[in-house]
Amino acid sequence: MFYREAGDFKTSYVDDSQTFPIAFDRYRYYFVLVIAFGIIPFIINDYWANAVMVPFLIYAIAAIGLNILTGYCGQVSLGTGGFMAVGGYACYKLMTAFPDVSIMIHLLLAGFITAGVGVLFGLPSLRIKGFYLAVATLAAQFFLVWLFNKVPWFYNYSASGQISAPERFVFGVPVTGPNVEAWAKYTVCLIFVTGCAWLARNLTRGTIGRSWMAIRDMDIAAEIIGVNPLKAKLTAFAVSSFFIGIAGALLFAVYLGAVEVGEAYGINKSFLVLFMIIIGGLGSIFGAFAGAAFMVLLPVLLKNVLVGGLGWDTALATHFEFVIVGALIIIFLIAEPHGLAQLWKLAKEKLRLWPFPH
Amino acid sequence: MKDMADGYITEDGRKIGGVMMEMKNITLRFGGVVAIKDISFDIREGEIRAIIGPNGAGKSSMLNVISGFYHPQEGEVWFHGSKRPSMKPYQVAQQGIARTFQNIALFEGMTVLDNVMTGRLTHMKTNMLQQALWWGKAQAEETAQREKVEKIIDFLEIQHIRKTPVGRLPYGLKKRVELARALAAEPKLLLLDEPMAGMNVEEKEDMSRFILDVNDEFGTTIALIEHDMGVVMDLSDRVVVMDYGKKIGDGTPDEVRNNQDVIDAYLGVAHD
Repeated sequence: MFYREAGDFKTSYVDDSQTFPIAFDRYRYYFVLVIAFGIIPFIINDYWANAVMVPFLIYAIAAIGLNILTGYCGQVSLGTGGFMAVGGYACYKLMTAFPDVSIMIHLLLAGFITAGVGVLFGLPSLRIKGFYLAVATLAAQFFLVWLFNKVPWFYNYSASGQISAPERFVFGVPVTGPNVEAWAKYTVCLIFVTGCAWLARNLTRGTIGRSWMAIRDMDIAAEIIGVNPLKAKLTAFAVSSFFIGIAGALLFAVYLGAVEVGEAYGINKSFLVLFMIIIGGLGSIFGAFAGAAFMVLLPVLLKNVLVGGLGWDTALATHFEFVIVGALIIIFLIAEPHGLAQLWKLAKEKLRLWPFPH
Repeated sequence: MKDMADGYITEDGRKIGGVMMEMKNITLRFGGVVAIKDISFDIREGEIRAIIGPNGAGKSSMLNVISGFYHPQEGEVWFHGSKRPSMKPYQVAQQGIARTFQNIALFEGMTVLDNVMTGRLTHMKTNMLQQALWWGKAQAEETAQREKVEKIIDFLEIQHIRKTPVGRLPYGLKKRVELARALAAEPKLLLLDEPMAGMNVEEKEDMSRFILDVNDEFGTTIALIEHDMGVVMDLSDRVVVMDYGKKIGDGTPDEVRNNQDVIDAYLGVAHD
């Protein structure tokens, strides 16, 4: 009854083009922000931070990044893991080379460095499309992981070949290193997620977003009305890699603390993030969050149900987890090929008419 | 019609200006196939210029040369009194040439409003950083452009489908949205590739009315390809007739109608 646009007349184009045109949506969004910033940091514990919230937030950033490239600009990429590695290693090199600079700035710079690398690997997209581009980005994935493995300069010649985050503080509170508290990890990630989602929304609703979508939907027509395909594709690669780089840097510095490149940033990560945006919904910021939540929460939930609820053996539960998650993905994609975002949209359409659908 | 050095007056009293675009001896080959053979014609400011001819005559290729998809092996394109260098399609768009396609080429995943807004891309000035922050300039620009787009939407009577994704629209409306997108660019020269293909009589009448209105109200020069002879003869000021890549006629509809070569091309010649 309250979910209506009726009576809520828009009298300016600014009002008409806002992100949440329905008042209820707007309040719900503010409500989520208040909970996320005002309540969760005070009640979060180590388990919830490490198993659920922090990975969810980090993958949400990566998914937003990939969604800009694949969902909005239509360029399929399998190099996400590699670009996350660039972010992680850039952050590590910056942290060790300039220990006095704030970690927040390093995280941002890691994003910019990744954007540069992304543009470089985006160059083939000007000549090749679709599956062929996917294979080219796959090459980026393997090359980058190989590079960080083979060149000792990247891991500061450490004996193990791993990189580990030194302790850094923001306003006197440790956010990296061994003594990080759950709420600090969570809050740092939350700040970046909020910022990234806001930037992504602004970019996708404006001129640049429309030129990306134009390239995605019909590149010939896009060119004829004045989209420079070179510029559109490369900016998509840059912006996408910027977000993915930040996600990779957060994954290394804040979440894991120490990483080995092949393990943390392998091809699995590329597919994981790709699944997230496909399940969440291509070309939707909400879809990126929904997909990240789905892929992060489902295994945790299953584990709790199988081991905690049904009392299964842990090893057996782990194997079954793969089977069930895989089956669910397939079932889900058959039922709703356009992802969770589409389901959400349909639900909202229904809600608008409820309880009088005629 | 009176011939004048820098223009002429049409039968219905519209004043046509000087030469806007001139094609000089264009020859376009695809390997051994000659699609366009040594064709010259001009398009004058403010006129409606039709290009007609049987299937495969090279009409669409000609439009593609104008809009920069194809680069002719020989010949020159002159625009506003200067020779145009070899250009990419998006550069041609920036010069003020917009077009529609024979098979609709809309962005199916976007709403009508977004599609038409894309048409204004060449008028957008803000950079990526300003847009990312959506502060001041970017929002002001978006609003200003939206106002212009709303005028076009109003003009073409598609207000009711403003927020509908284009993929859901019927064929006739899609054609109209495509015209709206081209118009949103405020082109000096508008190229229409078979704007009435596959339409019924009422839709054709609507589209003809829009084309005349566009020419009348915005003063847009229009070059169109069309197969419906009734429409062509009624709408256009001058007609170019092509056959097998060659120009066989050029002039007012009446002149073209009485041209023996044109009649032969359309009706066939008796071989005796």
